[in-house]
Amino acid sequence: MILSPINIISSSVLLLLLFVLVVPLLKSRQRLLINTSFMLSSLASLLGIIGGVWAVGGGITNKLILPIGLPDLPFHLRVDPLAGFFITVICLLSFFVSLYSIGYIKGYLGRRPVTSLVIFYCLFLAGMVMVVLADDALFFLISWEVMAAASYFLVMFEDERIENRRAAFLYIIVAHVGAIAILLSFGIMAGLATGFESFNGYTFDAMRQAEFPLKWATAAFLLAFFGFAAKAGVIPLHVWLPEAHPVAPSNVSALMSGVMLKTAIYGIVRVTFDLIGVFPWWWGAIVLIFGLISAVMGVLYALMQNDLKKLLAYSSVENIGIILIGIGLSMIFKPFNIPLLSALALIAGLYHAMNHAMFKGLLFMGAGSVLHATNERNMEEMGGLIHRMPWTAALFLIGCVSISALPPFNGFVSEWLTFQAFLLSPAMPSPFFKLLIPLGAALVALTGALAAACFVRAFGVTFLGHWRGAHMPRVHEADWFMRSGMILAALSCLLLGILPTFFIDWMDIIAQQLVGTKIGASSGVYGWLWLTPVARESASYSGMIVFLGILLVVVAVYFILHVKPGGIRRVPIWDCGFGKLDQRMQYSATSFSMPIRRIFGFLFNIREQVKLNPRGVHKAFPKRLNYYLRVRDRFWNWLFKPVIEFSFWVSRKVGLLQQGRIQAYLIYSFITIIVLLALSR
Amino acid sequence: MDLNVVAQLNSFLAAFVLLTAFGMLVQRRMYGLVHLFAWQGLFLSINTAMVGFVAGKHHLYISSLLTLSLKVFLLPYILHVLIQRLKVHKEVEIVENVPMTMLMGIALVIFSYYLMSPVTQLSTLVTRSTLAVALATVMIGLLMMITRKHAVTQIIGFLAMENGLFFAATSATYGMPLVVELGVALDILIAAFIFGIFFFHIHTTFDSLDVDQMARLKEED
Repeated sequence: MILSPINIISSSVLLLLLFVLVVPLLKSRQRLLINTSFMLSSLASLLGIIGGVWAVGGGITNKLILPIGLPDLPFHLRVDPLAGFFITVICLLSFFVSLYSIGYIKGYLGRRPVTSLVIFYCLFLAGMVMVVLADDALFFLISWEVMAAASYFLVMFEDERIENRRAAFLYIIVAHVGAIAILLSFGIMAGLATGFESFNGYTFDAMRQAEFPLKWATAAFLLAFFGFAAKAGVIPLHVWLPEAHPVAPSNVSALMSGVMLKTAIYGIVRVTFDLIGVFPWWWGAIVLIFGLISAVMGVLYALMQNDLKKLLAYSSVENIGIILIGIGLSMIFKPFNIPLLSALALIAGLYHAMNHAMFKGLLFMGAGSVLHATNERNMEEMGGLIHRMPWTAALFLIGCVSISALPPFNGFVSEWLTFQAFLLSPAMPSPFFKLLIPLGAALVALTGALAAACFVRAFGVTFLGHWRGAHMPRVHEADWFMRSGMILAALSCLLLGILPTFFIDWMDIIAQQLVGTKIGASSGVYGWLWLTPVARESASYSGMIVFLGILLVVVAVYFILHVKPGGIRRVPIWDCGFGKLDQRMQYSATSFSMPIRRIFGFLFNIREQVKLNPRGVHKAFPKRLNYYLRVRDRFWNWLFKPVIEFSFWVSRKVGLLQQGRIQAYLIYSFITIIVLLALSR
Repeated sequence: MDLNVVAQLNSFLAAFVLLTAFGMLVQRRMYGLVHLFAWQGLFLSINTAMVGFVAGKHHLYISSLLTLSLKVFLLPYILHVLIQRLKVHKEVEIVENVPMTMLMGIALVIFSYYLMSPVTQLSTLVTRSTLAVALATVMIGLLMMITRKHAVTQIIGFLAMENGLFFAATSATYGMPLVVELGVALDILIAAFIFGIFFFHIHTTFDSLDVDQMARLKEED
């Protein structure tokens, strides 16, 4: 069969890879290069979407064996509903982002050549799709490395700044440590699948059929979880994320945060549910606990950031946490033989993965528009942008509402499903769970509230009020390409929010294949309108009705305020008779997050100083105050600094061997020879 | 010739090879070293020819001639010229703690005999008893490179190691195939030239041939 999901998807990958070869020819014509390359990558993404949607919708599993690879070890490709789902997510966002890039990358014209960016952008997209397509450990790891290396060069794009080089270096180290763990995990599984005499264990099929002893399966799972968690940015392995995402070009950060992290989620689901298959409940508890930590800590860190893109990066840590909570719950319920709840939690996690791709992509694109227009990432310097950039502001607001899990947008649906999985869980046979489940539900609720606070702050400080910096630059609205990318992402946020039953019915087959049952979200007399995950009596939600209700209220309010003439007057701000209000006298990003910094301060490494300036003036009559605040990640000092210092210590000790004297080096070999001879006699 | 006599002669020559190795270990004068090296080559050459005669391996005559021309005449001549050009012929190298070095050499010989005893028991070759001496020569060459500081002494130590290997090949298996031996001979020759060029560079850079000077190339913290 010529036309099948896998052929469509692999032709889209091939299109991207072949185009990379053509790019150098277009080097001298940068504008043409930008137009063709991003048009082409959006076309390739469209192909991927078609293939992915078809594979999930039809429940199709296709395989393909490529004649390339190592001798006797060909590459295996496979598309099943799980892979199809992730390919859909990846290609959907890369379609939006590619459209957006046509406008965004033109900002570099005349400043620096973008040839390398185009090459690695295409390789990056191809790498992500290849990771999901792979059906053997070899091809998986190669694709994984292509993805990591391409994104490394994208982070490095503006390499004249030291922070970019530092971030890229940190990123590539974490990515490689993770890749080693994944390699070892596959090594264990392949070795147990066919023994060490034959190499055929490297295919995922062999791993699927093998039954692993618990001890080895646990080792494989822990290694894989470590490796994928490093890529996903699970706390405490998240430190590269807030460094690398802000410095990459914004279209790339949208992709890295929106979908590259999801490939790690895909890896976790693939290894645990599919390859290992049978596992004890406490694996799920591990995933759940790390998910909870990431969610709460991630959003708290996000609240402390003044850099808009850094805030979004930490918020990705939080959302990865929420996705892992869903998957962890599913992994807990599966061994206890509660397939319905397991399916519900899995769908909740995967649905959140898709939602996060949409709204985080949208938010990064919005932040990119702001950066494009103002050359500013620090929120403390921004403000009042809603007047100059109405489109960006409205679309960014949609992203903020979605990510804060407010109806009728998509974030609410997946977090609501996660709550249902928590709340419907029956009494578990272990006291540990009696503690963990309610605690987890409470922490998810806290996360949602904090995320809302975080994005009220992000939107309010950036777009509302007045410009906070010294001089307002000439700000221009994003062009139509950028706007169209954001509008499409915002639309998909809305659709995923108001029509969840369609999407959940579409992806239900994944749950069927992985945990053995569908959740049948739209069953019952209400049909497509009501989302009823388990039983109509216990919980139901209709995004459509909520949306119509909210729309009605908004329209009514608009008419009441605007139709009546003179309903709104624009006058100078009342200054309480104090006089001389200036732009510094607004709520700032730092002041907004102060109450939360007071409550959760013990989690951060905070240095706060208030200095009277100039000195010598009496305290009662200060002329100027200098306020200094530094908030740092504690994990850097706890976890990463000791490792770095240890490796430097080891290097210094090894360096002692280097004497610089020929005799010393000869003695090393002499002693080695003597010892070896004496031992091997 | 009687095999027993051949074995005796072989051991006798092996003893001389070992003696010259010990001599080189503690010889302080440059010319003396070169002469000792030439003598070692001569004993090797005679030994190779004799083994070739007894075992009926005629290609060993060729390698014997090669050894004679290379190690007895050509290499000593090159080293001679080198020493004169570099004006180091009057230099007397300080060898620290001669008795200690000699004792270490003796320990190495004993160690080689200990290592080779199982091989000697299994082997049926005439030359089996000299295998340990060959190994000892290699190790003494290495020891010489470790204890000496002068660059010319180092290369002589290296060449002495190669002599030991060649000796081991003749006594263990009646020599290597001719192609290999030709290759090795060529390598030695080229190595000597390369060393010569390096010496000139070292000499002009450091104004000395003391390899301790090269410690200055070490990376600083």
